[in-house]
Amino acid sequence: MKAFETFEGVVAPLDRANVDTDQIIPKQFLKSIRRTGFGDNLFDGWRYLDEGIPGQTLNERQINHDFVLNYPDYQDAKILLARDNFGCGSSREHAVWAMLEYGFRVVIAPSFADIFYNNSFKNGLLPIVVDAETVDALFARTPGLSLEVDLVNQTLTPHGGQPIAFDIDSHRREALLQGLDEIGETLAYAERIREFEQRHRQSMPWVFARDGRGYNTAG
Amino acid sequence: MNNTLYDKIWRDHCVTERADGTSLLYIDLQLLHEVTSPQAFDGLRLASRRPWRLSANLATPDHNVPTTGRAQGIDGISDLIAREQVTTLDANCRDFDIEQFDILDTRQGIVHVVGPEQGATLPGMTIVCGDSHTSTHGAFAALAQGIGTSEVEHVLATQTLAQRKARNFAVNVEGRLPDGVAPKDLVLAIIGVLGTAGATGHTIEFRGPAIEAMSMEGRMTVCNMAIEAGARAGLVAVDDTTLDYVRGRPFAPTGERWQQAEAYWRTLHSDPGAHFDSSITLDASTLVPQVSWGTSPEMVVGIDGTAPNPEQATTEQQAQGIRQALSYMGLAADQPITDIKLDRVFIGSCTNARIEDLRAAAAVARGRSVAANVKQAMVVPGSGLVKAQAEAEGLADVFKAAGFEWRDPGCSMCLAMNADRLQPGEHCAATSNRNFEGRQGHGGRTHLVSPAMAAAAAVTGHFTDVRGLV
Repeated sequence: MKAFETFEGVVAPLDRANVDTDQIIPKQFLKSIRRTGFGDNLFDGWRYLDEGIPGQTLNERQINHDFVLNYPDYQDAKILLARDNFGCGSSREHAVWAMLEYGFRVVIAPSFADIFYNNSFKNGLLPIVVDAETVDALFARTPGLSLEVDLVNQTLTPHGGQPIAFDIDSHRREALLQGLDEIGETLAYAERIREFEQRHRQSMPWVFARDGRGYNTAG
Repeated sequence: MNNTLYDKIWRDHCVTERADGTSLLYIDLQLLHEVTSPQAFDGLRLASRRPWRLSANLATPDHNVPTTGRAQGIDGISDLIAREQVTTLDANCRDFDIEQFDILDTRQGIVHVVGPEQGATLPGMTIVCGDSHTSTHGAFAALAQGIGTSEVEHVLATQTLAQRKARNFAVNVEGRLPDGVAPKDLVLAIIGVLGTAGATGHTIEFRGPAIEAMSMEGRMTVCNMAIEAGARAGLVAVDDTTLDYVRGRPFAPTGERWQQAEAYWRTLHSDPGAHFDSSITLDASTLVPQVSWGTSPEMVVGIDGTAPNPEQATTEQQAQGIRQALSYMGLAADQPITDIKLDRVFIGSCTNARIEDLRAAAAVARGRSVAANVKQAMVVPGSGLVKAQAEAEGLADVFKAAGFEWRDPGCSMCLAMNADRLQPGEHCAATSNRNFEGRQGHGGRTHLVSPAMAAAAAVTGHFTDVRGLV
């Protein structure tokens, strides 16, 4: 994962609550076995008037000019401003991959759904929770709003304005700033996992009933 | 110490707390399917890692498999991209030596039907799957959570999930469900009360007389939709109903080991006086069959109700949400639910494709015919074994005689990744779990209902109170 660095970007407003991952990336694009190739189909059902099918090129599509991301003001947006419960529904991580590939690096909302929130950090997309009033105020400043996102100091700063502070779990922050490999981090605890597993096998042997299929003793 | 059921399962699987304050939770079982696993296996390859414990994994293709012509196996998948995904699961399971019920195996089916059916899902386990409806397995007092693909890879490589403990949420259901009112109606009503984010950050325990009186199939339906209220996991305590269901399943323990397991499983309930951070109480006896009218599972109403009126919303944002949903669904404010005509009916999905669901739908379909305005009514059993049982019980014949299509097992039109889908503007009575825009096909309009209500809609052509038909 790439380390997260301070940047300044245009804010695009998506004024709907409960935006679900089926909207972020519709299911027909989940057939891919790769992590890339989803950006053109982010919000496919809203961005285009025709039904998207995998493998189309952009000039085959009918653009929905009434959808906010298609407005000229937001062509280079790197920050999505959203409403409550952003990313609800399916666990598909493809939703996060699509957001990143489209160019978003930050989503600001009053609240997020758990699985999407979690998936974001695994890939370097920063979900920022700020209170609903602040979100309202930011909506009121679009179009024309740019923010500097500084994860080290945990601030959002409008161009020439006062910084807005945000909270974030300190570990998640470190992981993003350093671009950590989480599996590698956990494997530093391999010995403890093995010890737990031995005890667990003794107290709950039925959990291991399908054994005989082997272990990764290298851990 | 008075612990909740969730506290107990967490305690018994917590390996350690990392320096950062997150816990490593040992995972007993990971279920895998073709859509969210390929990038995880690729990640293992790139880092030269192997799965930590092979026997902790069980795979089956479900999202992308066609529901006709199953005998052709892989060759029956005409969509080449979908076919590549299914063959990639085959290859990954072969390369990493992971047990799979492949497309031609009679045990193949929707992961959340297959796990319990095989006894791979056992009480007290920690279970994950790259699918948000993994909460289904919580019906067995298993802590079962949907995860993303990065976490699928993490669990494969480390047999643990790194997370912080969630809060406890009690949903108490007093009374008993009236005849003709199903567990699906109950969970839709619960989501209607909680809202789609009402339990975010929590694990829900469903408790009370109505839950205790419910079959395992019913409890699975209820836990399945915990995620639609924002909770990653739902739970129900172990009782005789749980043990009776698990006993004798292929992967369930036997003999002395069963005795040992049962002694532990009997402890899997919340202690009296255990602390819940939040709770709600509903009375099941006052419920009527539910129908979702909008584009979020919280947008539900009783069959005797009407679509809402945005002018009665309390905030402008709510009003806007109602207007958007009514517009997408092609409904008018205050329109009676029974006026909604159906183009298609879908009985299936990890929510409602078990034998009891099919029995409930068949009881309504028996001796009746699919209405002329319904272009298609399909029944998609949850697994090959459910299909075989339904055929042995004569249910398949009932459906076919009534004009329903009898299909092969898979996720099918719940999310319409395969060929089964709605056309723009079509209304569908569906026993699945999500009515999001386009969920069942571009422009499609989904109404979530119970299996009996779906069958009633199929034979009358519009939403009908099933209590008048049985």
